[in-house]
Amino acid sequence: MNKKHVKMTVNGKTVEGDVEARTLLIHFLREDLGLTGPHIGCETSHCGACTVDLDGRSVKSCTLFAVQAENADITTVEGMAAADGTLHAIQEGFMQEHGLQCGFCTPGMIMRTHRLLQENPNPTDEEIRWGISGNLCRCTGYQNIVKAVRYAANKLNDTTREAAE
Amino acid sequence: MSDAQTMTLEEREATLGGVGTARKRKEDVRFIQGAGNYVDDVKLPGMVFGDFVRSPYAHARIKSINAEAALAVPGVKAVLTAADLKPLNLHYMPTLAGDVQAVLAEEKVLFQNQEVAFVVADDRYIASDAAELVEVDYEELPPIVDAFKAMDEGAICLREDIQGKTEGAHGLRKHDNHIFEWEIGDLEGADKALADAEVTVKELITYQRVHPSPLETCASIASMDKIKGELTVYGTFQAPHVVRTVASLLSGIPEHKIRVIAPDIGGGFGNKVGVYPGYVCSIVASIVLGIPVKWVEDRIENLSATAFARDYHMTGELAATKDGKITGLKCHVLADHGAFDACADPTKWPAGFFNICTGSYDIPVAHVSVDGVYTNKAPGGVAYRCSFRVTEAAYMIERMIDVLAQKLEMDPAELRLKNFVQPAQFPYNSALGWEYDSGDYPTAMNQMMQAVDYAGLRKEQAEQRDKVARGESRSLMGIGVAFFTEIVGAGPSRNCDILGVAMFDSCEIRVHPTGSAIARLGTKSQGQAHETTYAQILATEIGIPSEDIGIEEGDTDTAPYGLGTYGSRSTPVAGAAAARVGRKIRAKAQKIAAHLLEVAEGDLEWEIDRFKVKGLPEKEATMKEIAWAAYNNLPEGMEPGLEAVDYYDPPNMTYPFGAYLCVIDIDIDTGESAIRRFYALDDCGTRINPMVIEGQVHGGLTEAFGIAMGQEIAYDELGNVQGASLMDYFLPTAVETPIWETDFTVTPSPHHPIGAKGVGESPNVGGVPAFSNAVIDAFSHLGVKHMPMPHTAWRVWKQCQELGLTK
Ligand code: FES
Ligand code: FES
Repeated sequence: MNKKHVKMTVNGKTVEGDVEARTLLIHFLREDLGLTGPHIGCETSHCGACTVDLDGRSVKSCTLFAVQAENADITTVEGMAAADGTLHAIQEGFMQEHGLQCGFCTPGMIMRTHRLLQENPNPTDEEIRWGISGNLCRCTGYQNIVKAVRYAANKLNDTTREAAE
Repeated sequence: MSDAQTMTLEEREATLGGVGTARKRKEDVRFIQGAGNYVDDVKLPGMVFGDFVRSPYAHARIKSINAEAALAVPGVKAVLTAADLKPLNLHYMPTLAGDVQAVLAEEKVLFQNQEVAFVVADDRYIASDAAELVEVDYEELPPIVDAFKAMDEGAICLREDIQGKTEGAHGLRKHDNHIFEWEIGDLEGADKALADAEVTVKELITYQRVHPSPLETCASIASMDKIKGELTVYGTFQAPHVVRTVASLLSGIPEHKIRVIAPDIGGGFGNKVGVYPGYVCSIVASIVLGIPVKWVEDRIENLSATAFARDYHMTGELAATKDGKITGLKCHVLADHGAFDACADPTKWPAGFFNICTGSYDIPVAHVSVDGVYTNKAPGGVAYRCSFRVTEAAYMIERMIDVLAQKLEMDPAELRLKNFVQPAQFPYNSALGWEYDSGDYPTAMNQMMQAVDYAGLRKEQAEQRDKVARGESRSLMGIGVAFFTEIVGAGPSRNCDILGVAMFDSCEIRVHPTGSAIARLGTKSQGQAHETTYAQILATEIGIPSEDIGIEEGDTDTAPYGLGTYGSRSTPVAGAAAARVGRKIRAKAQKIAAHLLEVAEGDLEWEIDRFKVKGLPEKEATMKEIAWAAYNNLPEGMEPGLEAVDYYDPPNMTYPFGAYLCVIDIDIDTGESAIRRFYALDDCGTRINPMVIEGQVHGGLTEAFGIAMGQEIAYDELGNVQGASLMDYFLPTAVETPIWETDFTVTPSPHHPIGAKGVGESPNVGGVPAFSNAVIDAFSHLGVKHMPMPHTAWRVWKQCQELGLTK
């Protein structure tokens, strides 16, 4: 089948590859780039396990063709920790508040939270629940995920405040 | 002096991170960074992909299969059909239930989406393209969808491969579509109790067909090294060691040349216990092609072909006195097992442990009979986050208690309190043959009733009912009470085995010279935090901080043989092995300590992480020092090293219990239910990690909520599976999911080395009846005795309409 050349930024690095027009972004990320963060739970846009951040939006990467991400700037969970390995506040929140069990939904949840907290830095519990409602978790019952998001929001807000002072 | 010597006792306890601490999870570090290693993350050099051609029909004869067009697609390596597997005797595989299941359909297909051919190609896109090109010519046959019609006279025989066989793995077959009849208890006694009773109730309680649907679907990669004659299989296996044994028996490859690896698993809930055609086909394809073959199920395949759960039609009967003392129970179950009997139950238990259905109540006489039948539906019958058929049993009895309470015009909580097995009766022998290890039901029930102000809730409900009657409100309030007793931790080898292998479990530990350790177990976590909690058990036993104990499971080349993780058996069985292996280490450590301190063994006492000489508190040897000595300074004649193994065959199962309460508000005009409150009190004996326990309870309750309020794998009259996608199958999101209140009591198991009972499945078992009872309770004053699950808004609205409540 005819292949198309694509080029995009993933976790700060420019990446390129040749893909079929029908290749899903999730398959490009996982199969061609070898990422293991974004997961596949349905391939039908329901579960959110494949969520990545794309040009400032949360995107279910099974819903997009790789060619649609041409020139896009993508962040996956692999790009969240600092270069020195320090965990991002959201990652820390999930660990501190027991926001994960099997971990399969976690990369998607973290990426969704990342965008949610930029859109709404101080969400109520209700807003968190709506905000992550496109991401399914079969293990945790969400209560501790909500806590994890709150933990991250508080920590990020503290950091912003400190920086402003 | 080292830090260890200057620390206070409390500081040492804290450093240890043993049993009872809310230790943060070890496994999180990799998962939050996308560095988990799930099956689909595994890539082997030269690996190709397999995809299935599946049947569009529920029941049809296969007239021909033509794979020419598929084979002509560039990149296609092979197309396997039953004709290819038959010479290898692999077109059928044995099931855990003593039946066989078609790996690839031979002459007939028996359920929609049944596996017909396996296409292997360079990548998943090509495999899927080529699967479309395989031409299968079918002749449609009438399907049997309704289990109640399966044994009708003249019903079409579904399983021609066993037609006319009057005996199956579990005794006589009454009909070509009959699998087994299983009965237990005292039929005459139960009949007499019913005949003599002042009050009786009878109700058909159906527990619908559902699916565990973990977020990760099933997958496997087989890699046959033809030169070495070695097979490696990666897969989503809750029981990897059993898979190795089965793979060896099926393929003829000796067991030591098969390595099964279950890497990280993205949730199991029973879905990943069985052996599926996908696993077998990836193995066969790899053996044939000599290259690694990966198979990953998609969500529709997952929901429609692997591992349904429940599908039990239970007719319950209770006998009681006028003042509410239960005098007998009888239950008949019609069990819809689908096209093959692939239930994941211990060999001798075709209906699992359904005979736990006398529940938490002291019922003097009982009888249960179960008829299993074939239908044109997917095989499975797994324990979806419960011990074998325990949630079905709990649902039946907890619903029946409410039905009886209604008839007696008694409060359902009061009726439960009146019939509980009393603390002094433990160990309690139930009428259906179990010996309950320990429990204190009244305390748990009373604690629950106080915590929620039960009397206040009932008062409010009465007022609310009046308001509705007066036309001042359109909202009905329901209160659901459930008190469950589970039976988990299979199991004693005298009555539990899987394919003949006794259901023990194991732990092996090696303490390194510098005082850290590695332990391996025969179970396999799918999110239950084994790496965290097993280390806590060991830490308490051997005085090495849990941070310094690595835990490994899932690789059959390194881990000791075990029966895997399901039926809440990890803590009761492998957790017990961990405690016992720790005690073996400590016994040797004590000898070494005596040698180091130049005293007799008996002069030593254990304190958190060291041995001290009695009466001479400054003379001590820490575990760290002892570990070092184990490699260079041993008593005369002692074998060097510090390692041990334990295979634990439990003397009994464990019996966790709990008291749950759900308050629900139902909108009469839309049928929508809002869960106002859910309180769950669990007693799982000794609590190893309260944080993990709470997480397990939250997750299990959410699954129970999904089951009770929305999940169903339904079929239309042609056997087309309805709703096998996440568009239709209800997996709760954060928005609908209620807020959970958790609580506990602690009644240790007397026979478990640390008194733990297992908790992962309790919330599913107790949650489902609590939700269902709440919905039905909202209508009970209007004479409604039962409403079938799932309690979707549509069904609830229809109930409102039938009662003339809607406008
Ligand atoms: S895999 Fe993309 S939403 Fe489920
Ligand atoms: S942690 Fe398992 S799906 Fe969310």
